[in-house]
Amino acid sequence: MRRPSSLPTWGPVRRAGRVLALAGLTAAAAAGCLGGGAEEASTDPNRNADAKEYTLTVTSNAIAGGKNAEGADFLANYVIPKFVEQQKEQGVTAHINFEPNGVDDAEYKSKIGLDLEAGKGADIIDIDGIWVGEFAASNFIKPLEEVAGADAANGWDGWTQIQTSVQQNASYGGKRYGIPSGTDGRVIYFNKDVFAAAGLPAEWQPSSWAEIITAAEAIAEKTDATPIQLNAGTAMGEATTMQGVLPLLAGTGKEIFADGKWQGDSPAVRQVLDLYHQVYSGDLGDATLQQEAKGRDKSFEGFSKGRIGMLLESDYFWRDVIKPGSAVAPMPDRDEKVGWAKIPAMTPGAGIGGQDFVSMSGGAAQVLNPNTEYPQQAWELMRFMASADTVKELVKDTPRITQRDDVNAEVLAADPMLSFIATEVVPLTRFRPGELSYLQVSTALQEATYAIVDGASVEEAAAAYQKTLESIVGAEHIATQ
Amino acid sequence: MPNTSRHSDPSGVNDGPAAGAAAGTSHHGAVAVDPPLAAAAATDVVGLGRARAFAFVAPALLLIGVFLLFPALWTLYIGATDYERTGPKHVSPSFVGVGNYTDVLADPSFYNSLWLSLLFVGFSAVIGQNGLGFALAWSLRNVAGWVRRTVETLVLFAWILPGSVVAFLWIAMLDRDGGTVNALLGTPGLAWFVDYPMASLIIFNIWRGTAFSLMLYGAALSSVPPSQLETARLAGASGLQTLRDVVFPHIRGHALTNTLLITLWTFNDFTPFLLTAGGPGDDSEIVSVYVYNTAIRDGRLGYSGAISLLILVANVVLALLYLRMLRKRSVS
Repeated sequence: MRRPSSLPTWGPVRRAGRVLALAGLTAAAAAGCLGGGAEEASTDPNRNADAKEYTLTVTSNAIAGGKNAEGADFLANYVIPKFVEQQKEQGVTAHINFEPNGVDDAEYKSKIGLDLEAGKGADIIDIDGIWVGEFAASNFIKPLEEVAGADAANGWDGWTQIQTSVQQNASYGGKRYGIPSGTDGRVIYFNKDVFAAAGLPAEWQPSSWAEIITAAEAIAEKTDATPIQLNAGTAMGEATTMQGVLPLLAGTGKEIFADGKWQGDSPAVRQVLDLYHQVYSGDLGDATLQQEAKGRDKSFEGFSKGRIGMLLESDYFWRDVIKPGSAVAPMPDRDEKVGWAKIPAMTPGAGIGGQDFVSMSGGAAQVLNPNTEYPQQAWELMRFMASADTVKELVKDTPRITQRDDVNAEVLAADPMLSFIATEVVPLTRFRPGELSYLQVSTALQEATYAIVDGASVEEAAAAYQKTLESIVGAEHIATQ
Repeated sequence: MPNTSRHSDPSGVNDGPAAGAAAGTSHHGAVAVDPPLAAAAATDVVGLGRARAFAFVAPALLLIGVFLLFPALWTLYIGATDYERTGPKHVSPSFVGVGNYTDVLADPSFYNSLWLSLLFVGFSAVIGQNGLGFALAWSLRNVAGWVRRTVETLVLFAWILPGSVVAFLWIAMLDRDGGTVNALLGTPGLAWFVDYPMASLIIFNIWRGTAFSLMLYGAALSSVPPSQLETARLAGASGLQTLRDVVFPHIRGHALTNTLLITLWTFNDFTPFLLTAGGPGDDSEIVSVYVYNTAIRDGRLGYSGAISLLILVANVVLALLYLRMLRKRSVS
């Protein structure tokens, strides 16, 4: 311990501290202001176009033996060797790396957001279509015309095979930012074993919410299974909004965003929350599961093992999660054990546009990193991945609704579930609004369903939602009717 | 360098510290031109002179400046803007002054997280790790060497394993379906991290961090003179009396240092995020998780910058409080 008399030796140090503080401040000022988006790299679309040897990295939320394993395997076993070989024939040495991820979508989004902001990251990046607007508005990504050059970007013959509505998944402000990877639709899956035990039919199509509740009550009464998995709460993230709130809201005849206004504490939102309340205040749903950190994965497992009767999901669930041999929740007897039904409107004809049944759709997209060193080569690889041959090869074993009409016409007939989605569900579907505030509104909706699961009343949850919404979009942009 | 120094003294550089110290007091005292310098010179026992002394500490100060001071100032700056991770406010953020701070101070989630952190630190570190660490050290004092070493190794294991591994173990252990704890207690279907998030985190952190307290108290207890313990025993002091009147006065400084360190560590610990991510809802959103969720999940970088600075202040206050207590001890 120092004696008090030794304290003056701190004088110079203090002064030095002050000098350093000043230096720090100057540096902060010199570093300028925040903002401006990602750092401006070279913007010439033809930079390094003649390179005889180059390296490209592709990233996606897919990993061998885990999440979206099929996509990861396809890239490693088909896309990369084929493309490298093709380049070799032209006398160019291409090195293509795949950077796998196997995490929740929100974490993946954080990661690539940080990558892009820092001017780093893979050259070709898989993103959810709903992130395109946000990333574009943040200058994380740039229109294809700017990254690859207008002629190259617009001259691709594949565009004619991709419907305009699907192209919207990879566009923002009327500009293309990438190539969409197809679309999806949402249905109610049911486990036929659980249904049989509850005395319910193997062919089932409810025509109203009341019929869903009736079926759930029968399951609760006659089996040990959890009757219904209706995604709720913040831990499920966007899955709560996309597989829960939005399809239900469409079933009340409302869209979350219409005519410049968001649905606030309106009768439609209350009807949706009331259905949540019916499910989670009694024994029709598993309220605890909604709050667990890995609740969604657990719900997949529960369904595949016959512990959950009904589950709202997109066709991704069918072709990836419970596919025989899947790494997540495989069901070897999927084709016999799993039934599906369209999501009914609250009552027949009450759905959006007077529909009896509703769905919501999204889709992924591939975008070019504006900081890539080889924009032309990256764009070539991206076109290769979206070419008819590659896409056909990708969906050869597990059909799905691809971005390309020519491929869809060939492959979908093979799978009853996916042709059901393509012919029966996609025509009914709606897309999420391409508004920047959407993601915050989505979180607010998740919080409202969390409140219900946590025991709040419909009125309390709706009022809290209204308050949150006001802080996000302002009271003048909220519809309460 | 030496020539620009007011205290230029080649011998101070070339001679050993002892020689410099011997010459230092009188020599520099004579050169001093103003009173503060004289006072400083009086304590310049090594005789380096201010400039050279500064040259010696400059690298350290530079590191502190670059890695500590600059980020802190940067946080201060970000905290005064409405900067966000994405969107229009990412491209062109604007200056909002103290707006974020007033918002944070009026935000119930901030107080919620502060309260949860208080519970977390209080129960898991100050009471839990301290108590268990001391109890273990005290009871291990007179046992056979191998028992002591085994217990210490086991406790140490919890401390040295990587956080992600430990988190995985605990998630598996407390799992709702098929978790070890549920199987042992016969409580199937109890989701510990959902139904008792804070209690689970507190027990986790006691398990995780006791090793440090155990080792520190183990060392501290060996500084208690055995003769005094013996005297207390002969005087018929009970175990508690011995602890209070003989042992504690000796280890008071250690206890304070230990409490300061584990308090600061626990306050800033991020491992709970791996276990509950702050959930369910915000039931276990301690400050470190709250800052992360605000900044990364919600993308509100400006707002979280303001929170971070408030937390920095809280840390400094905590540290000063303990240092004050330590100083009191050394004076008395």
